Amino acid sequence: MTAHRVSYTLDSTLDTVNSAEEAASQIATEAGFGDEEVMKIAMAVREAAVNAVLHGNAYDPGKKVTVDFERTAKNLVITIRDQGKGLDLDKIPDPLAAENLLKTSGRGIFLIRSFMDEVEIHPSKTGTEIKLIKHVHGSSVDGKEASQ
Amino acid sequence: MKTSNRQVDGVTIVDCSGRITLGEGSVTLRDSVRDLLGKGNKKILLNLGDVNYIDSSGIGELVSAYTTVKNQGGELKLLNLTKKVHDLLQITKLYTVFDVKDDEAAAVKSFGK
Repeated sequence: MTAHRVSYTLDSTLDTVNSAEEAASQIATEAGFGDEEVMKIAMAVREAAVNAVLHGNAYDPGKKVTVDFERTAKNLVITIRDQGKGLDLDKIPDPLAAENLLKTSGRGIFLIRSFMDEVEIHPSKTGTEIKLIKHVHGSSVDGKEASQ
Repeated sequence: MKTSNRQVDGVTIVDCSGRITLGEGSVTLRDSVRDLLGKGNKKILLNLGDVNYIDSSGIGELVSAYTTVKNQGGELKLLNLTKKVHDLLQITKLYTVFDVKDDEAAAVKSFGK
């Protein structure tokens, strides 16, 4: 199996969000995903990048966002890391709960989970790593196999 | 994102096109709705027929516009959702929160007098 890996180190700006989204769209297309899946993958990456830039690094020019794309025969694995204080998973409300429906934020992680096959979130004191996995069509393997 | 306004039978139709995303469309939409409310236009129909992309920030901005207008005694409805926007509102359970229309004339008539 031949793996393709591309890594970007980006500033904590809105341009990074757009760049990550565009790269995801291109790589997902090259990996053979259909338009609908490409849109979902790109949007998941956009949301993760927004979290990294805004909530993780808080636009700090001294902090970077890294985005890794790894393509194998079975999976597309995208890993996004920030250098923030670490996402507190307990503080993420359920956006579908009645009391949260009219909140103006808090849907990013939910959309990411909706659009990807597997999502792993690893917060630490030195930043948050989020791994997004999409199985190549027809593959039913465990996505973790493709990550290292 | 770009917006342009039309008045039809006392209802302001905001024709939106492009992307409603963090940092660009979200601000445009917010400013547009605030401007309308400032001028006393409280019956607002957002035509999203040419909005081909919206992210979670854009969804949040739609919610904000909806509650802001409602809190000022007005009504904000959505018109002509693209499939992408429709699907996003479905999975976020907001489709039932918003009053969504697909016929402009009927939408205009649906506003209270």
